[in-house]
Amino acid sequence: MIKYLIRRLLQNIPILFGITLISFFIIHLAPGSPIGLTLNPKASPKIIEQMEKNYDLDKPIVVQYVLWVKKLCTGELHSFKDGKPVLEKIAERIPATLLLNVVAMVIIFSVAIPLGVFSATRRYSWFDNLTTFGAYLGISIPSFWLAYLLILATVKCFGHPILGMRSFGMEESGVIAFILDHLWHLMLPSLILAVGGIAAISRYMRSSMLEVIQQDYIRTARAKGISEDDVYYRHALRNALLPIVTIFGFLVPSLISGSVIIETVFAWPGIGRLAYQAVLSRDYSLVMTILTLSSALTLIGNMLADVLYGVVDPRIRY
Amino acid sequence: MFWRYLLKNRLAIAGGACVLVVFVTAFLAPALSPYDPGAISVSEKLTSPSWRHLLGTDQLGRDVFSRMLYGARISLLVGFVAVGLSLVIGILVGAMAGYYGKWVDTILMRFVDVMMCFPSFFLILTVIALLGPNIMNVMVVIGITSWMGTARFVRAEFLTLRERDFVRAARALGARDSRIIFYHILPNALAPVFVAATLDVATAILVEAGLSFLGFGVQPPAPSWGNILTSGRVYIFDAWWLTLFPGIAILITVLSFNLFGEGLRDAMDPRLR
Repeated sequence: MIKYLIRRLLQNIPILFGITLISFFIIHLAPGSPIGLTLNPKASPKIIEQMEKNYDLDKPIVVQYVLWVKKLCTGELHSFKDGKPVLEKIAERIPATLLLNVVAMVIIFSVAIPLGVFSATRRYSWFDNLTTFGAYLGISIPSFWLAYLLILATVKCFGHPILGMRSFGMEESGVIAFILDHLWHLMLPSLILAVGGIAAISRYMRSSMLEVIQQDYIRTARAKGISEDDVYYRHALRNALLPIVTIFGFLVPSLISGSVIIETVFAWPGIGRLAYQAVLSRDYSLVMTILTLSSALTLIGNMLADVLYGVVDPRIRY
Repeated sequence: MFWRYLLKNRLAIAGGACVLVVFVTAFLAPALSPYDPGAISVSEKLTSPSWRHLLGTDQLGRDVFSRMLYGARISLLVGFVAVGLSLVIGILVGAMAGYYGKWVDTILMRFVDVMMCFPSFFLILTVIALLGPNIMNVMVVIGITSWMGTARFVRAEFLTLRERDFVRAARALGARDSRIIFYHILPNALAPVFVAATLDVATAILVEAGLSFLGFGVQPPAPSWGNILTSGRVYIFDAWWLTLFPGIAILITVLSFNLFGEGLRDAMDPRLR
């Protein structure tokens, strides 16, 4: 196991290298100097020169890349806009995004798994057909549009939209009210962020369950006279859950992408909104860092999923 | 057998029919639309749906129905060109990796691994913001960031097909590599790739809508469903039709492509019958 982990880590090094390389060169696709676009057009050549020097833009591109990676690792990278350390700006936003994504993930798994299992055990029933169609709807609906419809609905119900992380002036109204207010603001964005995941994972769960039900050991279990419920929920379900673990790795990039839109719609102060603002204000230093970090996070997610798979499935030995 | 199975899948047929309707409306947009999609009429701005303007008018008094008909063209164009490009790249990369194997395979597949790590929507958003948002860039950038699945699939097909007797026979007859790849192996691997591409069209249309929403999609005044919806969101409380109808159009089109694509896939896979 330890040997496998080390091998996996080593395998990921070239991929990580590729990620930094692509993130870096994408930014240099832009015509002109990245600085020229962020500054006031009236800025004097001297100021531009000074800025370029500060951000190493006067050096050859290969040197720039090496310096950038070095600064990324040591946390010395600064925002093009306000000169704050990039990692500090990102760290400020992590709690909000983490909260949103963890809640979304909990919703996804707790809704999708039962849905998938029930539609597999009642294959081709009206319930199965309904969830199948629902899943198609879920992957087809534009999330920002759904968000708008729901915001419109809340305005019709309560007279004002539920945006941001908390209501204005909630700080002095007691702990319980404070938490409830937080949950209230969390509800819509996390639900909408979860819609696509619920749709996709309920389908995976259904087909995984259907595959397990056809196995010999399920026939054996039935032949022994075990009740249908026990066959499904004790024998089949545990085995059908195994492949779902690997999907965890796929979920990370799609949730990050989803966060960009959802956080923007709901004014949620997380990394997705920061990323969008960075793109808008052409803060390339910040954009590059978010691209690299979120891709590295996906890499870690994939590795975690592989390791978890080995833990839950005793047939797999590394 | 394929057709019989497909025709039995009612959802897939409904999806296919809707896709056809969208195609026809896009094609006949100039004939079907009652107004010029760009004709501004200030006196009629933000009027609600009526017989005169079926889906109402927008903030400049333009007819939403006409704009949506033309919008179908743009959505389909973006979907198909982006997916076409991603197919070309994916097939080339997958074929090279699967056919030549060894270090070619290693390098190309590591590159695929790297690309799969990026959160695709944010990557697309960044590149388009850098290059400037216009329909060409939107199509190209979606295309060059979404070929990885095709490449993996084509590679796997090539790995099994290259050992088959007909490929050996072709090689024994002295066929060049390019001939073996494109004439002998590729035609045997293409059908499932095109089926998967149907689903990718759905995704590309959604991505364009999302980009438009953030202001980096197809730019006004060219009407795309995404930007009609986005420009309408300022008036969401006064002019609900600007938000509702384009959203429904996107939803139905994407849903139809998904239903049809999944239906095709099921019909082709004998294990699912």
